[in-house]
Amino acid sequence: MLIRQAPRFRWSEVTDERLYLNRRELIAGAAALALFPGRAEAGPPPPVSQLAALPAAPNPRYRHADSPTKIESATTYNNFYEFGVEKEDPARLAGTLKPRPWQVVVEGHVAKPGTFDIEELLRLAPLEERVYALRCVEAWSMVIPWIGYPLSALLKRVAPTGQAKFVEFQTLLDPEQFPAQKKGVFGFSMSGLDWPYVEGLRLDEAMHPLALLTVGMYGKVLPNQNGAPVRVVVPWKYGFKSAKSIVRIRLVSEQPQTAWAKAQPREYGFYSNVHPSVDHPRWSQATERRIGEFRRRQTLMFNGYADQVASLYAGMDLKKNY
Amino acid sequence: MTRRGRILLKTLVWGACLVPLALLAWRAWTGDLTANPIDFVTDTLGRWGMRMLLASLALTPLRLVLGIGWPLILRRLLGLFAFFYVSLHFLVWVVLDHFFAWAQMGADIVKRPYITVGVSALALLVLLAATSTSGMVKRLGARAWRRLHRIVYVAAVLGVLHFMWLAKVGRIEPYVYAAILAVLLGVRLAGAVRAFRVRRRGTRAGVTSESSSDNRPPRRSIVARTEIMGGPDMAPDHRTKGADAPLGLPRPPALGAVPGGARTHPRNPGRPSRARFVQGR
Repeated sequence: MLIRQAPRFRWSEVTDERLYLNRRELIAGAAALALFPGRAEAGPPPPVSQLAALPAAPNPRYRHADSPTKIESATTYNNFYEFGVEKEDPARLAGTLKPRPWQVVVEGHVAKPGTFDIEELLRLAPLEERVYALRCVEAWSMVIPWIGYPLSALLKRVAPTGQAKFVEFQTLLDPEQFPAQKKGVFGFSMSGLDWPYVEGLRLDEAMHPLALLTVGMYGKVLPNQNGAPVRVVVPWKYGFKSAKSIVRIRLVSEQPQTAWAKAQPREYGFYSNVHPSVDHPRWSQATERRIGEFRRRQTLMFNGYADQVASLYAGMDLKKNY
Repeated sequence: MTRRGRILLKTLVWGACLVPLALLAWRAWTGDLTANPIDFVTDTLGRWGMRMLLASLALTPLRLVLGIGWPLILRRLLGLFAFFYVSLHFLVWVVLDHFFAWAQMGADIVKRPYITVGVSALALLVLLAATSTSGMVKRLGARAWRRLHRIVYVAAVLGVLHFMWLAKVGRIEPYVYAAILAVLLGVRLAGAVRAFRVRRRGTRAGVTSESSSDNRPPRRSIVARTEIMGGPDMAPDHRTKGADAPLGLPRPPALGAVPGGARTHPRNPGRPSRARFVQGR
């Protein structure tokens, strides 16, 4: 039987009133900003319940079979080294990040480079909700309803030239907004990473319909701790490949020097595709703990997206290109 | 320290050692174990195991450097609590994390260096815990027991390695523990080297028992310690405390093998009597 029951409501239907309320908050926020200009709030980010709703049509093609992780877990258990190495740090400290105003520069081997304001990005293509599995390289996973549109929509807009082979993403570099970017006592990075955080994809990976330019989750704008205001989500790769709080996208001809591959080249490669039989040098990747579940699960090839992305790597030795 | 004082101190420390576990239980009860409870519990238990092991190892250096001897009565207690937390840490790994998936755990023990050293450290702690009783001190002889229990430093080094290996980039904590352990081990090594030198000098000078041994009564801390601990650490004290100790001599008699048949504790035959010291003088 193919009669599917319509969902009781859609996120797009509930949002109007929230948006309306959000106008007031924006006005209040603007007033506060006028009184205390440029002062980032040290401490926790705004509670998720107060985030603006973001209308988006669920895309049934990309609805993961498992039910989404609790929003409390997805917003309190994060790896976001710009706030600190502990997973509680982002939810504790992300108040310093100011996701508005925000601009993203897209440049490099493109015919039409440009600087996109976040409001412009939000309107660049229809927003859709996609429920993806997220597999962290640390062997845990979540299922998250993201909001965004294919990264390819933005890339097509800037028209990559024939020289463009890779796409490089840069996260904001601002120690005032990202406390862990401050230098340690001897000028060393306290986290072991070089800032800004750099990630990258091959151009064909970036153009793949699964690669999502993401501006929201759980029906709301992205919380600071999850990479506000704009990030990418590449569900068939380990989570660290999905750069957060992006300010610059460069189309380049050489494979980018990505942050983790630079910090620990033996442990984190450029590709970092989810692969149950290519172990991390220190631990197995065969199983994972789904946050909220008790027993470990088997990790799936390409995080369960093998039928869609395996062809990208035809003929490649994924053990070598880890 | 009086007997009552010792009992009070130990009771207090016993209670304090259970606080981390109680806090975990409280957080479990209130649903506050983070989004990944199993990882959080494993981490917390492992950390406390490490901290208590370091605390138990700090007591002898404390005496060697600062001359504060009374905390030594807590050494076995802290060591056993370290064992307790490390065992729970291991059990959580076996039961909650892997749910008895022996094949996978076995493969991990062989293949993953951090797990290999972690399990090795635990195995050593089992050995030490099993031989921690006063009865075992007696059975093994104080000297052999003391030697055996130096393994604790191996276990601690393996434990720190385990933590350093599994921790991700940017975690400072394992390096803090490594530094603390290095200092503690350094103090013990320095003490041993010094004692060795003094002993050699003493032998060459042909010092005899009578000319070097002082007739001061043993310090209170030693009495307390030997009484509670079964005295395994007595000889190093004499050797390292300085040239006034009876160096280059037949070692002070081992407990349980006291020449002349030391009287045992009136209520606990396994426990050596304080009277030994009177006799020893």
